Amino acid sequence: MADAATRERRPTRERRPAPERRRSVRGAKVGRAGVGRPGVVWALPGALFFVFFAVAPMVLVGALAFTDWDGIGTPSWTGMSNWSRLWDDPETHQAIWLSLILTVLTWVFQTPLALLLGVWAAGRQRNRAVLSAIFFLPLLGSSVALALVWKSLLDPNFGLIADIGPALGFADGDLLGSSKGAFGAILFVTAWQFIPLHTLIYQGGARAIPRSLYDAAAIDGAGTVRQFFSITLPQLRNTIVTSSVIMVVGALTFFDTVLILTKGGPGTDTTIVPYLMYKNGFQAFDLGYASAVATILVVVATTVSLLLVRLTGFAAMRSTREGM
Amino acid sequence: MRIPRSRSTLRASTLAAAVLLVGTALAGCGSGGPGGSDDDSLDVWVYQDASTKVQREVVKRFNKTSDIKVKLTQVPGEGYSDKMRTSMGTPNAPDIFFNWGGGSISDFVKKDMLLDLDPAMAKDAELKKAFIPTILDAGAIDGKHYGIPMRGMQPVILFYNKDVFGDAGARPPKSWDDLLKLIDTFKDKGVAPFALAGTDAWTELMWVEYLVDRYGGAGVFQKILSQGMAAWDDPAVLKAAQTVRDLVGRGAFGKNYKSVNYTADGASTLFAKGKAAMHLMGSWEYANQKANQPAFAKSGLGWTTFPAVPGGSGDPKSVVGNPTNYWSVNAKVKGDKQKAAIEFVKFAAEQDYSKDLIANGDVPTTSDATSLLAEHENPDYARFQYDMVKRAPDFTLSWDQALPAKYTPPLHTAVQKLFNGQLSPAGFIDALKGM
Repeated sequence: MADAATRERRPTRERRPAPERRRSVRGAKVGRAGVGRPGVVWALPGALFFVFFAVAPMVLVGALAFTDWDGIGTPSWTGMSNWSRLWDDPETHQAIWLSLILTVLTWVFQTPLALLLGVWAAGRQRNRAVLSAIFFLPLLGSSVALALVWKSLLDPNFGLIADIGPALGFADGDLLGSSKGAFGAILFVTAWQFIPLHTLIYQGGARAIPRSLYDAAAIDGAGTVRQFFSITLPQLRNTIVTSSVIMVVGALTFFDTVLILTKGGPGTDTTIVPYLMYKNGFQAFDLGYASAVATILVVVATTVSLLLVRLTGFAAMRSTREGM
Repeated sequence: MRIPRSRSTLRASTLAAAVLLVGTALAGCGSGGPGGSDDDSLDVWVYQDASTKVQREVVKRFNKTSDIKVKLTQVPGEGYSDKMRTSMGTPNAPDIFFNWGGGSISDFVKKDMLLDLDPAMAKDAELKKAFIPTILDAGAIDGKHYGIPMRGMQPVILFYNKDVFGDAGARPPKSWDDLLKLIDTFKDKGVAPFALAGTDAWTELMWVEYLVDRYGGAGVFQKILSQGMAAWDDPAVLKAAQTVRDLVGRGAFGKNYKSVNYTADGASTLFAKGKAAMHLMGSWEYANQKANQPAFAKSGLGWTTFPAVPGGSGDPKSVVGNPTNYWSVNAKVKGDKQKAAIEFVKFAAEQDYSKDLIANGDVPTTSDATSLLAEHENPDYARFQYDMVKRAPDFTLSWDQALPAKYTPPLHTAVQKLFNGQLSPAGFIDALKGM
């Protein structure tokens, strides 16, 4: 930080004295003056894209949810029948329940690991850069390709699971065929795939914590553990919220891994809501009902992420550096 | 090659894409307009895979004879049924298209979107006689023909591993008793009697289809097709479900069949490596083994028919599986274009077409193909298949293809739950009746 400031100051010293510059960092003054902040027009391409490819389909899906449509011909209005079916369908109940468990477990499983890895990766240890790069690899593959690799690894006769399955309590490598095993496989594979993303977010967050805080704590005699709980964790509050929202919405909309690894089975024991939607929409071509499921998904995912933001005080944009 | 419809596996579509597709499909409907291409050519859609070259050849031959040209659109396999389905009823619908008969077109037939080919067949007696009747009829809906067979036959066959049988001094099963004895023989040897891909429910469905056929005949499923889901209440279905539980209980499928897949070659490798003795699978298993385990396909792969069951009233010569694929003509194609379209689909009945199929490793469905089969890369296998199908009094189309699409997911789920023991035989019947 200090280096950058000295380097930058030299050519601008004449025109822009230091105090003025400090205010511009906060941004508020400059914005109010109407200088340097883009107008609405700048947002237009992005906004239009969003309207056409996200809002419009969503509105259409909302409308389709009140119709019976098999994908050909004209949808016929059926009022609330999809919704009452949704209310009565045990498979839907199971799917909602599974989605919620998956979301909670995903958070519980991924957050601590990603947080610790991220904080570690933010440090200056030896080999850190190399190891970080390796940890990051799963994020670069396509989810479909990765799920296929895992499918081979989980083959009960020729995969890795044939050897380590018995040690995990799955005799004969019969993991994907058991309800808990298949669910665990989804949880594990998605975690393996997405922890790197969250690690990256936490790494960025941890890097931004001012060194001076740790120096001060060290002088006060705080050890590594104390520093982690008293400085790192509180300072990462906003980062945790960001990562959690991404994680929760991601978990609610997991799809490819389920499609390839378990196809919602055994029976319906890994049929989470997005897969249920696909099954109804693109296997059964019951697009009206699938739209009702999709609508539920949109509403739940939006509500959960808004609640997360609200309850954690993230929306207030309170700085973690107050008083510094 | 196996040609899955609703079984598509490796779909890369994300949620966003799914939502988008719904949106664009809705935007596309209601705008009406003429079917197919606007110009004077015929738009023909085909499922793209290794067999597509036969269709490319026939298009070339046809275009030499006709003023109205055919334009062939090859749709990548995984997305074929979605694309076909969403385009029908829009101005972009094809004029002639590849399909699986039965449930894959029944919704179109209900909406009068397909051309009834019976008048054309009445005019041209040769055309109707050109194909094996059970195959032509398997694609019919309510007795009317909307499709002309255009690919190889894909009956379900009981394959066995000759080496494993040789080691055990066993012979392929001729009766149900033989089959039960073989289960014990192979279990004692530490070999799974049957390879079964329990994560892909459609492989389990083949067992149920054959058992119901052997217990009650092809009429049981025909009744379900014509009378609806209440007809699952047939004693033959219950008997078949009980037999499935009995087989599972005897260890017929080994210990970890629930986790085995077909689509990533789990079951086929198990079978080829001699860890399983038999495999009930569609005729594409041969091509599949040839691609992945060529030595086994050449010398180790044996085949036989599914045996009769004690007390069963079904004809043991009957066959289940996918009879073939069909060309159907869009009802919006009129006048000269319609005449040309009918001429085009008739090309599938010609000997040149059958020869191309055989050269590609397929077994044609035309009734005069016997003499051509010597040219097949494995004439014994081709003749076995052809004779089995030709002798069969009935060829039942796979249930998940014959029933309208909306029944496929619950059918698969119920079958998988039956095999896994999550549903009792009685519970299985209830689940099917409740679809």
